[in-house]
Amino acid sequence: MADAGHAQTELQEIEDTHHGAHAGHPSVKEYIRIGLILGFFTCLEVAAKYANLASATLIVTLLGLAAVKFVLVVMYFMHLKFDDRRYARFFVMGLSLAITLFLIVLILFKVFLR
Amino acid sequence: MADVIADGHTAPAGTQEHETTTGLPSTKLAMWIFLASECLLFGALITTYLLYRGASRIGPYPNDVFDIPYTSVSSFVLLASSLTMVLAVAAAQKADLVRMRIWLLVTALLGMTFVAGQVYEFTSFSHEGLKLGTNLFGTTFYVLTGFHGLHVTVGIIMLLALTSFSQAGRLPDDGGFSVEMIGLYWHFVDIVWIVIFTVVYLIPTGPPAVK
Repeated sequence: MADAGHAQTELQEIEDTHHGAHAGHPSVKEYIRIGLILGFFTCLEVAAKYANLASATLIVTLLGLAAVKFVLVVMYFMHLKFDDRRYARFFVMGLSLAITLFLIVLILFKVFLR
Repeated sequence: MADVIADGHTAPAGTQEHETTTGLPSTKLAMWIFLASECLLFGALITTYLLYRGASRIGPYPNDVFDIPYTSVSSFVLLASSLTMVLAVAAAQKADLVRMRIWLLVTALLGMTFVAGQVYEFTSFSHEGLKLGTNLFGTTFYVLTGFHGLHVTVGIIMLLALTSFSQAGRLPDDGGFSVEMIGLYWHFVDIVWIVIFTVVYLIPTGPPAVK
């Protein structure tokens, strides 16, 4: 009986530890708040498109808003802010490689001077 | 319920959190490496679109066919699906299986709405004369957004499979780990759309290079 009780306690501890791995994650309310922020930024993007801004201003504004949305999803919805940093390193490595490589290609073909 | 692993510690069955040289679950690490490689795939497709932007000699051009309000609604739908996906992950981590299945189904439905919207958009563009081989804009646009739509479709299939496996009780660890992995994929598809929506639809295209 004592063994069974001990095993039950141990099992509970393991399950608590397992669920505790997600203890730092945002709450449902925070997820909804981030979702609303993402929706708001999308509204801003569409508004900027119709706001008659100068081309350079519009491009910077749109890229800035997209970058904020991108970071919010990756950090909060994909939990990179809360998970082990090694996941972030792998992802940032691939993302940085892609951005650097393709920026070089775009610069070589003078896409930004058109 | 618990498996004994090599060093004598125990882990809940099916959590896949057995001993690894990195100390991290291999599946999750592999998923992040896969997503990093997907950055290169979509980076190549977006770069190709940008390289040939404004280089079409015949129409239709982007400004002739794009319906920004319509695509904005599609973007909201995909963003909302990211929220419902994270709510499914949160429910799975609390072992609330009923809510998890509901949110997974809602996510799949929102994904289907997005794909249906894309099919409608492609059909409407085609009626306006923009086909895959019409001009450089058509080729690069359809390949980029088509690849993204294909990824969304694969995500929908995985979500539906996950829901049905969970209903049948065939998921280890009540599905928490699997839902998290598919959630990562789904959010990645969403962030790719954030970039496509901005770069392809919202940033204005210069005048066509007519020679």
